[in-house]
Amino acid sequence: MAKLNLLLLAVLVACAIGLVSSQHKARKLFSELEREQNRARDLDIEYGRLQLEASTWGLHSRVEKIATGTLRLRTPEPRRVRIVTPGAAR
Amino acid sequence: MNAATQGLVRLPVWRARFVLAALLAAFWVLGARSLYLQALQTDFLQEKGDARYSRLIEAPATRGRILDRNGEALAVSTPVKSVWAIPADAELSGAERRKLASLLALERNELAKKLADTSRDFVYLKRQVSPDIAESVEALGLKGIYQHREYRRYYPGGEVTAHVIGFTGVDDAGQEGIELAHQASLGGKPGSRRVIKDRLGRIVEDVESIREAQDGRDLTLSIDSKIQNLAFGALKTAVAQHHAKAGAIIALDVRTGEVLALANVPSYNPNNRANLSGAQLRNRVITDLFEPGSTLKPFTLALAIERGKLTPATLVQTAPGHLTIADYTIHDTHPGGTLNAAQVLQKSSNVGMAKIALSMPREAIWNLFRHVGFGTAPQLGFPGEAAGKLRHYRSWRPIEQATMAYGMGISVSLVQLAHAYTVFARDGELVPLSLVKTGTAARGEKLLSTETARAMRAMLELAVQPGGTGPRARIMGWRVAGKTGTAHKQENGGYAPDKFVASFVGFAPASAPRVVVAVMIDEPSAGEHYGGIVAAPVFAQVTQGALRMMGVPHDAPLEPLETPAEGEEAKENT
Repeated sequence: MAKLNLLLLAVLVACAIGLVSSQHKARKLFSELEREQNRARDLDIEYGRLQLEASTWGLHSRVEKIATGTLRLRTPEPRRVRIVTPGAAR
Repeated sequence: MNAATQGLVRLPVWRARFVLAALLAAFWVLGARSLYLQALQTDFLQEKGDARYSRLIEAPATRGRILDRNGEALAVSTPVKSVWAIPADAELSGAERRKLASLLALERNELAKKLADTSRDFVYLKRQVSPDIAESVEALGLKGIYQHREYRRYYPGGEVTAHVIGFTGVDDAGQEGIELAHQASLGGKPGSRRVIKDRLGRIVEDVESIREAQDGRDLTLSIDSKIQNLAFGALKTAVAQHHAKAGAIIALDVRTGEVLALANVPSYNPNNRANLSGAQLRNRVITDLFEPGSTLKPFTLALAIERGKLTPATLVQTAPGHLTIADYTIHDTHPGGTLNAAQVLQKSSNVGMAKIALSMPREAIWNLFRHVGFGTAPQLGFPGEAAGKLRHYRSWRPIEQATMAYGMGISVSLVQLAHAYTVFARDGELVPLSLVKTGTAARGEKLLSTETARAMRAMLELAVQPGGTGPRARIMGWRVAGKTGTAHKQENGGYAPDKFVASFVGFAPASAPRVVVAVMIDEPSAGEHYGGIVAAPVFAQVTQGALRMMGVPHDAPLEPLETPAEGEEAKENT
């Protein structure tokens, strides 16, 4: 009887320690998850900011100014433009 | 005296009993106290306990982005900081105040005034400062000065897309345009949740989610920012060149009913809205009504053809160039003699149109006008859509029936006019409009027969040929069709003799239309005021660019257009 009690006590202690350690692990993992979620949010914000920057750099008026001013490009004469429809391509 | 030292003295029994009772009583008190704490006052204590480690934190939500049809960003929210203070706690030295004021770009006495009211617990010092400024403010480490995160909306398109997109207020809620119309889906709902934090402030456990945070949904508009930019640029140039008060332009995709471009001049920069005037904010395309003038002629003519009253070849007597109904006389700028119906439209003869209109019942004309959308708001889902003025036919006098045929006595918005022209561009179908990208061909309501619509296309194409009123609307490589309009502006109940609205509505390519473009220039005052001269070139420029960007095949030879000699162009007066 006493042996059985001792055995049960040992099992109980083991269970208790297991509970504590798994709880600790869960919290650690959770805080990691939280960190990653924050990172995801930050990256999303960063993406928005970059999108904004891309839009600003790619403003049509700016592109046009550089194309016609610095690069001296111009719209081809309509006569030199061929429009190809997908079906008639070959 | 020796009794005490000689033997054990018996203590009185009552002392032992007293101690026992006292101890028992002490236990009872402890028991009662613990019962009170554990069972009766448990809520309060639980709360106190929770307060040590559990926190209610806000889960932020961002506002959805607005994108153009090709995924280019038109409106994006990014976080910024707002700096606020608790005046009673903010005891700043003179040097600190100076530093803070210069960082926040505030006047020193303005800052002093904000910090002077110590009865308040919360004063914004500056809202929406950029992250780097916020960082340097934080680096000062001032007492009683705090920051919190807010979102600011940026509009990379600036004034080009200002009227379509609108803007949000400082609290990130839509106030104008699409931002207001789609507030419900764009706006995110911030949530909150209860968590457990550890000693270091890290969140270690999610206890419960009180409200799930919902980010706003991104919205893809039908606007093509390239065409939009082209349209805005061309309109701005034309308005400046003709010293006009304002201008508006809209471009529609004929197949899908999507709005490809929508621009107004004057415009404003939505990123910096100081000193805005009402005129700049007005979205004229949608909210402004005007008497369209001749651009309305094709509808009455189409009805006459539909009803079998005439064919494009039917002759109409327009001599001697004026027509008197009751005590009102209708004039033509250039008396034309006997014209066929196609020429009536080409030369934009008011007398001819009045005669055609008078040959039909009022009700039929009213019905067509109503069905193409005049007099009802266009249902674009945009704030402040104007319905226009179309009186019931029972109240029309004969003269009104005649003048309405050439667009007087009826008022429409530019979007209604462009929308109505899809009837001609789509073989008689009126397609529903959309400001949100649909990408699929839309089905519309059939109002005219295919034959009538084709006949109208041919006639509208004649109107932009040399000899018509709008030859400057032509473009190299594509056939275009359209109608000019020049209307006197209404003022104080009458028509102003020297103020005009010049307009042009048309579509291209005429063989299989893909875009409808409508242009309106308000009060051109640099000498020229005819729609064919002021508005048609804007149409040509935008249509050519739009067709090129959409990759529409040419349907006309690529030869330079012969320009009509000065004075040879037909001009009209409505």
